[in-house]
Amino acid sequence: MNTLFNASLEQLSTQLAGKKISSTELTTEFLKRIQQLNPEYNAFITVNEEMSLAQAQAADKLLASGKANALTGIPIAQKDIFCAKGWLTTCGSKMLSNFVSPYDAGVIERFNQTGSVNLGKTNMDEFAMGSSNETSYYGVVRNPWDRLAVPGGSSGGAACAVAARLAPAATGTDTGGSIRQPAALCGISGIKPTYGLVSRYGMIAFASSLDQGGPMAKSAEDLALLLNVMVGFDPRDSTSLQRDIEDYTRDLQKPLNGLRIGLPKEYFAEGMSKDVEMAIENALNEYRKLGAQTVEVTLPNTPLSIPVYYVLAPAEASSNLSRFDGVRYGYRAESYGDLGDMYRKTRAQGFGPEVKRRILIGTYVLSHGYYDAYYIKAQKLRRLIAQDFTDAYKQCDIIMGPTTPTVAFNVGEKSGDPIQMYLSDIYTSAANLTGLPAMSIPVGFGDQHRPVGLHIIGNYFREAQMLNVAHQYQQTTDWHQQSPL
Amino acid sequence: MQWEIVIGLEVHTQLSTQSKIFSGASTAYGAAPNTQACVIDLALPGVLPVLNKGAVERAIKFGLSVGAKINSPSIFARKNYFYPDLPKGYQISQYELPVVQGGSIKIEVDGIEKTIRLTRAHLEEDAGKSLHEDFHGMSGIDLNRAGTPLLEIVSEPDLRSSAEAVAYAKTLHSLVRWIGICDGNMQEGSFRCDANVSVRPRGQEKFGTRCEIKNLNSFRFLEKAIDYEARRQIDILEDGGAIRQETRLYDANKDETRTMRTKEDANDYRYFPDPDLLPLEISPDWIGHIASSLPELPQVREDRYVSELSLTAYDAAVLTSSREIADYFEATVRVLPTQAKLCANWIMGDVMAQLNKEGIEIPACPIQPDSLAALLTRISDGTISGKAAKAVFESLWHGELNKDVDAIIAAKGLKQISDDGAIDKIIDQVLQANPQQVADYRNGKEKAFNSLVGQIMKATQGKANPAQVHAILKKKLEQ
Amino acid sequence: MTLTVTDVKRIADLAYIEIDNDEAEATLTQLTGIFDLIETMQAIDTSSVEPMSHAQSVTQRLRDDEITETDQRDACQAIAPQVEAGLYLVPKVIE
Repeated sequence: MNTLFNASLEQLSTQLAGKKISSTELTTEFLKRIQQLNPEYNAFITVNEEMSLAQAQAADKLLASGKANALTGIPIAQKDIFCAKGWLTTCGSKMLSNFVSPYDAGVIERFNQTGSVNLGKTNMDEFAMGSSNETSYYGVVRNPWDRLAVPGGSSGGAACAVAARLAPAATGTDTGGSIRQPAALCGISGIKPTYGLVSRYGMIAFASSLDQGGPMAKSAEDLALLLNVMVGFDPRDSTSLQRDIEDYTRDLQKPLNGLRIGLPKEYFAEGMSKDVEMAIENALNEYRKLGAQTVEVTLPNTPLSIPVYYVLAPAEASSNLSRFDGVRYGYRAESYGDLGDMYRKTRAQGFGPEVKRRILIGTYVLSHGYYDAYYIKAQKLRRLIAQDFTDAYKQCDIIMGPTTPTVAFNVGEKSGDPIQMYLSDIYTSAANLTGLPAMSIPVGFGDQHRPVGLHIIGNYFREAQMLNVAHQYQQTTDWHQQSPL
Repeated sequence: MQWEIVIGLEVHTQLSTQSKIFSGASTAYGAAPNTQACVIDLALPGVLPVLNKGAVERAIKFGLSVGAKINSPSIFARKNYFYPDLPKGYQISQYELPVVQGGSIKIEVDGIEKTIRLTRAHLEEDAGKSLHEDFHGMSGIDLNRAGTPLLEIVSEPDLRSSAEAVAYAKTLHSLVRWIGICDGNMQEGSFRCDANVSVRPRGQEKFGTRCEIKNLNSFRFLEKAIDYEARRQIDILEDGGAIRQETRLYDANKDETRTMRTKEDANDYRYFPDPDLLPLEISPDWIGHIASSLPELPQVREDRYVSELSLTAYDAAVLTSSREIADYFEATVRVLPTQAKLCANWIMGDVMAQLNKEGIEIPACPIQPDSLAALLTRISDGTISGKAAKAVFESLWHGELNKDVDAIIAAKGLKQISDDGAIDKIIDQVLQANPQQVADYRNGKEKAFNSLVGQIMKATQGKANPAQVHAILKKKLEQ
Repeated sequence: MTLTVTDVKRIADLAYIEIDNDEAEATLTQLTGIFDLIETMQAIDTSSVEPMSHAQSVTQRLRDDEITETDQRDACQAIAPQVEAGLYLVPKVIE
């Protein structure tokens, strides 16, 4: 049965198509494993066997009728940020601890349409604000490689679920690194596509202009299959892009001869720990062996990405989270006086400290007299950061570096120091500010045998190329196949 | 001291779209609470706005009809504040770069024409409603109206009296209905005014401190609120006091304004561009297409009625006070191009009086323009007298004889006697029967003429053409 | 720029989040640190740079004016804290 949990999506799909196993059986196996192991990891907030199995049975009918697609019948763990009809959808917050969504997110609809099974809702930092999964109202998620360590965040539950083989694959969302950073810390693969490719409809907003959904899985090949389902125009999202449908698996087998990998000198400067640097160097050597060449590029505004991010993301968040007021859904304070008191108590009690902190930052930077100095300034710098990448891509095809400056830190180690926590997004947030696609793949281990992730940033809409680059590496290495259990 | 009142108006017009500005929910008025509030209007977690083309089209129409600039791109911004009727905790509006910039409107007060400049008009969403009936000490929220498209039209402080403000509001009200972007129903809140009022010593250039009066939902309240507010400010200043900038509410029952919130506790709205919406580009092609579909504007039509149809300025203004009336007149005069004055008189007289009496609007008038034109044709060609025409009008109104004018005239025997021979004969009979009056007339008693006319009309049961009677009688008496 | 406890309380008030003195003090320390980081932005001259609001330079797509939503009141109010007669109930709204 170990092979089942370690199987690739392609292998599972073949087994389902060949009637070696039914979706109901497959789903049941994963549900059993979740029941057994989740108490240790806390990767899932909600598991609903009845609803999952109903979908599995429907998938079995599709499979029997020969109308199956690549992911039909395959259980997928959904980040609890995606609204799913009839499912508790908490976004990791007390505020939504009683919110059973009456509608499906665009991403959920696409998985439903292809006949995938919703395996459960994964734990996450509250409203996706965090880099360690410690801000969740539903408690800390443990890193399957080392239970003392955080899994990263905000898609920590998703990364943990895939790494611990509690799910064949998962969805995540990435506003400043929330797919890539936990993927790196848990030793799995994850990709944030170009902004606008995956529908944000029904994906609970953190920072609208930065949020982007994406898949998290064991390998690049799995990611390609997942992207084929997740990417697509959604008329309900004004920022969703109308583009021709792509098959993200199409370039997986291409050789990497002549590929120019840009290495930003700012990413290889101080800040990166020795163990991470070693793993990254080894990975780059592997790429050189695969025929790629590396060139030094420069992204001079790199140090600005964190301050810019911590103006823009909280500003948008402060407004996006205003709808949580205890009037129409969600948590309402137990006791209160007048209307204003009801609002203030509801929001004080319903939000955790990190969310409140960011709402306050955002409120402040938008407030009268500060808007130009902070918000507009940050938007101008955002353009300079984007320009850095445009310039860099004149000299290279793809950019690589570490996903995170260090391997996973311990639970509690940074939770009292928001700035240290924020700095763990140093390499990842630029991709959100620019909208560029970026991914992380496992490239070995650092101190305490904790995983290291290689960050691959592509040019706009070059996901197929990035997956090819990642896949070729995974053809000659087996980091992605290693499991902590 | 002589005081000058300075007024600027902000008018919220509800745009007459089928669906809401950012969702596909219906905008129909009067539905059961919250049955037209979809997940987007309710601001459920994760939902997103998509802009309604119909709302943008209406904003462009307005801009073109006031000679404004259509901004492209224009930007949607979030206005952040908490209120239970505002589900997202922010209103999607426009701040910098509204869709419509500038433009102007001509008004007329006491025969004096004045141009009022517009600052801007921007698209935004309406809020829901708080119902203040008592639910065990709580309020009920109905979000059906949340997300209804509004065009907020902001004027420069160019108005100098409540009469000018009302004239401006009425002109605007007529215009938005004329171009078909708003139903103008003030009872249902489709056209709502806020007034910024200040006073200054006459001759002073600097504006005084202004107060904004909210909640002015009729022209009468607008007038009364401005008058009250100006008086209040003047009284304070004359007592040596100072005006405090604030938002005030007009209480129609007490006919007074009272403080709603002061500048100190005014909201810090934290406007910023809505990241869920992209810059709105409006192509010259689209603007051109809308421009070509715009109806002839009221001002243009009013001028044309004077210059081409030789109507008086008063008649032209009344007939263009609404698109429906003007179109009714237009359809009537099309049949009788040389009788514009006759058409105008009948529409402004009998038609309007009867509509008023029955409390209906002109689109529901039982006499359609073609029927009225048929009736007026019979007056102008001498078939019936003006008096007889009133009877035909009655019949038409009540739908008699399939509203066939000639059939009604025939059935009622209202046809005028215009045959010279027939009239001649009757006159001869009357003259013979009244030798004394004939003699009186010939002796210079002019009155006797009218008496003879009366007798002739009586003898024809009023059907003789009076003009002919006059001419023939005169000729005979002077023989 | 120096933040004060008064600022923190004012912001919390704008954000409609109840905050007591101790929380405001603790928040002040954290926000001060974060704003020190944010202030590093000011060193860069951006006078000739246009602000960037969106990752893609695309324009707003428009929806046809059609009613596409049906009445979902029951489903939506099933998850509401307090409703009566189809209305969402809140403490008395005073204008």
